[in-house]
Amino acid sequence: MTRALAHTLVVAILAALLTVAFWRSGYEFQWEGVWAYRQKFVTGWLTTVAMSLASLVLSALVGLVTAVGLRSRWPLIEAAARVYVELIRGTPLLVQLLIGFYVVANAVGLENRYVVGALVLALFSGAYMAEIFRGGLAAIPAGQRDAARAIGLTPWQSLRLVILPQAIRLVLPAVAGQLVSLIKDSSLLSVIAVSELTLAAQEVNSFTYSTLESYLPLAAGYLLLTLPLSALSRWLERHFAYEAG
Amino acid sequence: MELVVKGLTQAFGATTVLDRLDLTTGDIRALVLVGPSGGGKTTLLRILAGLDLPLEGSVSFAGVTVPRDEAGLLAYRRKVGTVFQAYNLFPHLSALDNLTLPLVHVHGLSPAAARKRVAEPLERFKLAEHAHKRPSQLSGGQKQRIAILRALASQPERLFLDEPTSALDPEMTAEVLEMISELKEIGTRFVLVTHEMGFARRVADEVAFVGGGKVVASGPAATMFKHCPEPRVREFFARILP
Ligand SMILES: Nc1ncnc2c1ncn2[C@@H]1O[C@H](COP(=O)(O)OP(=O)(O)O)[C@@H](O)[C@H]1O
Ligand SMILES: [Mg+2]
Repeated sequence: MTRALAHTLVVAILAALLTVAFWRSGYEFQWEGVWAYRQKFVTGWLTTVAMSLASLVLSALVGLVTAVGLRSRWPLIEAAARVYVELIRGTPLLVQLLIGFYVVANAVGLENRYVVGALVLALFSGAYMAEIFRGGLAAIPAGQRDAARAIGLTPWQSLRLVILPQAIRLVLPAVAGQLVSLIKDSSLLSVIAVSELTLAAQEVNSFTYSTLESYLPLAAGYLLLTLPLSALSRWLERHFAYEAG
Repeated sequence: MELVVKGLTQAFGATTVLDRLDLTTGDIRALVLVGPSGGGKTTLLRILAGLDLPLEGSVSFAGVTVPRDEAGLLAYRRKVGTVFQAYNLFPHLSALDNLTLPLVHVHGLSPAAARKRVAEPLERFKLAEHAHKRPSQLSGGQKQRIAILRALASQPERLFLDEPTSALDPEMTAEVLEMISELKEIGTRFVLVTHEMGFARRVADEVAFVGGGKVVASGPAATMFKHCPEPRVREFFARILP
């Protein structure tokens, strides 16, 4: 049996089970109310895409700097990077968003909730990116650094010309995977009233009282983003595994 | 290259690897380091090449002392070349880009000038047809010959080679050793660590036997191989030579 056939079969079985479950629950779908608000879903979806992409770019930078910090010879820098990573990974994003928006942003006079949201999300994801990058950097054999030094590269040149180009290839699949998480995590931005996809669904639900009709498109909206990314991540993994061999 | 090493000491944690090692050579072109595994040859060579700093002691070539500060060491490494047992080519670059990288980014040549500079050596050592391959597409012998050309590209004052054929099968070993002989003939100066005793005998001007973190004996190749006064060295050669 081919992989495509197997996938189709699994999806079909799942769809059948869900249909039966919905049917037995006796739920009566009423799509008209929700359809009237379709524009809200579209803008929410676009906002989710924009917020995720902005956070991804920022978090890649944060993650890279932190990863270099985690490997630093200077204890203070290593400690700062480590504390950041552990604090972020050890606390819920919900708490970080609330503190970031109501306490930190307030204190520094930052009012734009989209900017604050993207920053907090980037700092959150950056901690995970840092671990991904740290793993990538550690996976480059010591001989590469030796060779870079032997030909007379400065430490910065060695990082830029020798280590990073190799490390980035190694971590691309994991970074694509992290983007999948980031997109789903961005749903929490609704708690600071960023009008992304989840908030759109919540609002439509409160206008129409059609809970499932509001949230099923939400799930579809996320899958539309995450499924291709997961596929891309797996493709990158296979592609670069082949090239290394 | 007159090499003078004085009181060289190196330790990793509690293990002393080089123990007040002394070595003086004449004004020679090729020095070969031999000796048992774990004796300290790689550790010594890395210090000579400016890759590691010793705990104590000094090294000088032709009266010029190898610096101890990071900036001085960087400048020193730019004037010498190093070849590793595991090639350490950059796997994300083609063979050609491996050669031109130091020329462009360290020695300030334009990419075109760098490619021109390496074209002749690539031809001479029959590597031109492989220039656009990635290291993963090259044989071990081709990889090591590219690595030697990379070390030579900037026309260094001397080369340091650490067991360049230890990872190769006999046929590829022969092609790499042949290249090193040819380099010697055209005047390249080098310090070589090797277990290929027949080759060492042919190519070496002087041989130093490194064991237990010291130079047990050193001198002209003929004396060292035939009638070295040190029993440890005689036993080593007796075991290793046919
Ligand atoms: N980075 C290191 N850390 C700890 N021990 C080391 C390191 N490098 C070398 N050694 C030890 O130093 C000794 C000499 O090693 P080396 O110079 O590689 O010898 P050789 O090249 O003659 O085989 C060995 O016992 C080795 O285990
Ligand atoms: Mg060795």
